[in-house]
Amino acid sequence: MATSTATTVIKPTVEYTSTTRRFVMGGIFLALAAVIWLFFVRTTDPGAITTFGLNPGGSTQFEYPDWVFNSVNMLNILAGLAALAGGYQVARGFGKRTNLVLSLVAGAFIFGFLTWAAADQSLNLAGLLRSTLQRAVPITLGALSGILCERAGVVNIAIEGMMLTAAMVSALVGSLTNLWGGLIAGILAGGLLALIHAILSIKYKTDQIVSGTVINIFSIGITSFISAKFLQKYEELNSSGTFPQFEIPLLSKIPFIGPIAFDHNIFMYGMFLFLIVLHFGLFFTRWGLRLRSVGEHPKAADTLGINVFRTRYMAVILGGMMAGFGGAYFTLGSVGRFDEVMTAGRGFIGLAAMIFGNWRPFGAFGAGLLFGFADMLASKLAILGVQIPSEFLLMAPYIATMIVLAGVVGRSQAPAADGKPYEKE
Amino acid sequence: MAPVLELRGITKRFPGVLANDHINLTLDKGQIHALLGENGAGKTTLMNILYGLYQPDEGEIFVKGEKLQVHSPTDAITAGIGMVHQHFMLIPVFTVTENVMLGDETTVAGEVLDRKAAAEKIRHISETFHLQVDPDAFVADLPVGVQQRVEIIKLLYREADILILDEPTAVLTPQEADELFGILEGLTEKGKSIIFISHKLREVAKIADQITVIRLGKVVGSTTPKNADENKLASMMVGRDVLLRVDKKPAKPGKTILEVKDLKVTDERHHLTVDGVSFEVKAGEILGVAGVQGNGQTELVEAVTGLRQPFSGTITFEGKDITEFGPRAITELGSAHIPEDRQRDGLVLSYPIADNMVLNTYYQKPFAKGVLLQEKTILETANQLVKDFDVRTPSAMTHVGNLSGGNQQKVIVARELSRPLKLVVASQPTRGLDVGSIEYIHKQLIDRRDKGAAVLLVSSELDEIMQLSDRIAVMFRGRIIDIVEAKDVDKRQVGLLMAGVRGEKKADGKKRK
Repeated sequence: MATSTATTVIKPTVEYTSTTRRFVMGGIFLALAAVIWLFFVRTTDPGAITTFGLNPGGSTQFEYPDWVFNSVNMLNILAGLAALAGGYQVARGFGKRTNLVLSLVAGAFIFGFLTWAAADQSLNLAGLLRSTLQRAVPITLGALSGILCERAGVVNIAIEGMMLTAAMVSALVGSLTNLWGGLIAGILAGGLLALIHAILSIKYKTDQIVSGTVINIFSIGITSFISAKFLQKYEELNSSGTFPQFEIPLLSKIPFIGPIAFDHNIFMYGMFLFLIVLHFGLFFTRWGLRLRSVGEHPKAADTLGINVFRTRYMAVILGGMMAGFGGAYFTLGSVGRFDEVMTAGRGFIGLAAMIFGNWRPFGAFGAGLLFGFADMLASKLAILGVQIPSEFLLMAPYIATMIVLAGVVGRSQAPAADGKPYEKE
Repeated sequence: MAPVLELRGITKRFPGVLANDHINLTLDKGQIHALLGENGAGKTTLMNILYGLYQPDEGEIFVKGEKLQVHSPTDAITAGIGMVHQHFMLIPVFTVTENVMLGDETTVAGEVLDRKAAAEKIRHISETFHLQVDPDAFVADLPVGVQQRVEIIKLLYREADILILDEPTAVLTPQEADELFGILEGLTEKGKSIIFISHKLREVAKIADQITVIRLGKVVGSTTPKNADENKLASMMVGRDVLLRVDKKPAKPGKTILEVKDLKVTDERHHLTVDGVSFEVKAGEILGVAGVQGNGQTELVEAVTGLRQPFSGTITFEGKDITEFGPRAITELGSAHIPEDRQRDGLVLSYPIADNMVLNTYYQKPFAKGVLLQEKTILETANQLVKDFDVRTPSAMTHVGNLSGGNQQKVIVARELSRPLKLVVASQPTRGLDVGSIEYIHKQLIDRRDKGAAVLLVSSELDEIMQLSDRIAVMFRGRIIDIVEAKDVDKRQVGLLMAGVRGEKKADGKKRK
């Protein structure tokens, strides 16, 4: 049976990563090492001491001593590690693990940056992490919304608009009724806009980017109008208040992590819940298998009796409701009132997180943390008096998004039928 | 006993076309019924009606004597009808198990997938019918032959009794096709009934119990392999006597035109698909590149025609290094390219024939003066070419998208072969064409060869390679496994080479990771 074995052998998948990419990555590692050394080490006093606080503000159930170390020594170690990784990458290459190493080096760089910023000062590390997590909430929820839509094959760039509208609606309804009423209204608003997007892109096969853009522009217009006409004139329409913070029993007692992650309001817990539910739903249930099949090869799904259109409608509307929940965070979960264009591109960053996270919920959460961190830096570092102009710091989340999207992470695998309308013959 | 399946008077009209004209068909239990016809004869339309993808305008379907209304694939599946489509309906990033159970999932508590139980069931089916499929493999990693078996398992998993296979051998090596025939016979022994759609006479004659021939949407005859030989089937199918052989004189090879040395090319995903290929093509000969689709032929052709930058290696044209040349520079050297996908790479479908005829020369005199196109000259030339190359069209201003596949291909052939040429690169030049057009294009290629051009012919149709080539290079997994003189080998030997078996040596010896 020589022939049959020959034909059933699996095709070789020799991966030829171009040498260009290897050198570029190596160059990036080395450049980060050089930055640590040139900018951080040389501008730091050799005797400087960095102090990291390990207790987030508020909770007093745990007290950890501060983490104190010599700034320059730590920076030298970090620079050395980054340079080693860079050298190895140029000489040999990490191959498939390049992205993992990239995130480690980036982590070292960020840690070095914090060490430098906090030289001869004290920085509350636990507070930073807590803040990062908070800022990751809307980004991650936006990404989850994108995952729902795109896994079913519909590109949704209207997440930003859905979030913005939901933020406004939940503030308004929240002020008129109560917080829960506001939350439900926000979710419904997101779902409604998604329904419009779904009808345009699934039924009428409009270009999905155009349809999404239209919704974004509409959202900015309508929310700004209502805000200027009503919300700012009648304060009582724009004072929803926020959901209270509460500790999760047991989980909040976990040392270090507990106070950082399990002492928040329902939006944080909602995000954790949706992460787990969506991950399980997508990859372990019939619902998810069918949803993904529609995004990969709708015709194949159709021939097996799966209703492609209904599945896509369902996914897009659920995605819109997820965006609505994320939008409500801005008002009901964060500041308690609506301000014009307050989402400030978080929906778009969510889309970037979705791509960075390879269309997987937990990947998107990881990316959301990264963007959340950049977002947090902008506000926190200004307080430390770092010698970087505050305008520049404010750009941090967007710069991080651009770098990620420019392909530092390499090619990610979008669903095969993403953005392609399905035509039944 | 009532037949398993009976179609009565099925009629389907598309705008301007009568795709199926009162077709009757009867399938008996445990039989393989072949549906034979040229491309565009209406075979696939008929099967799509049976499978619920189209609705017939007239006619009735009976399954086991009972009338059946098929509004969707679900209805067909429920009635025990399953179909393996010509283009596989598999999701590459899913595992075999996921693909098979999709739409009919094995679940716990109604919603949570039970992959283990489904995989067990697939393993059982695989063993019962000798299909040798690993349920946990990802479809993207499987060779085409195995993917087809996954499609068959999909039907068996749904307990289909009537299996429709649409051009199942189009993507297989002869050996894989033989394996498939073995599997099909095993299926009929276990009581399944099969409709086998094909335009290949040889295999229909080999495997069918019953043959129904369709031409232009009508049944032109029913027969059995005993009562009809290949020639008779061919003339039934085409409606006239067909020359199944190509006449050609022996080649008179001259100097080397194209030389490829140690060429390596990667595809979009950075996989090395051409792995150190070397060959040369001389003036006045046809070098046929045989091989199952997806063994690097596409990337090889793209590299030779300047569409894809090679990873390493050299390509020379009359001794001149053209490795770094772009498509236009290579065209200007006197090279023609008939691309694999005519609609994507060969034509601008929304342009009229005339503009398509000058796509590679529009910027030169006499078609352009400075920046201005000379519409009159272009039209005159196009009219002449339409006449010379027998393109059937109302006028040279007709949009190419409105032509049939055969006429589209003739437009490309006219454009490419109407210049003074030293090299012709033809990739799958007759894919999906009717017998008449195939004859014509074969004649053109041989004519070019006799006029002294070097011809590089890439095709996955073994018959085509055998008929046209003077020498045959067989590609397997990105390498040329052997180059042989066409007159020294028969189809079986080339078929074995296509499967990676070289001179009966062990094939497993050079399995690569």
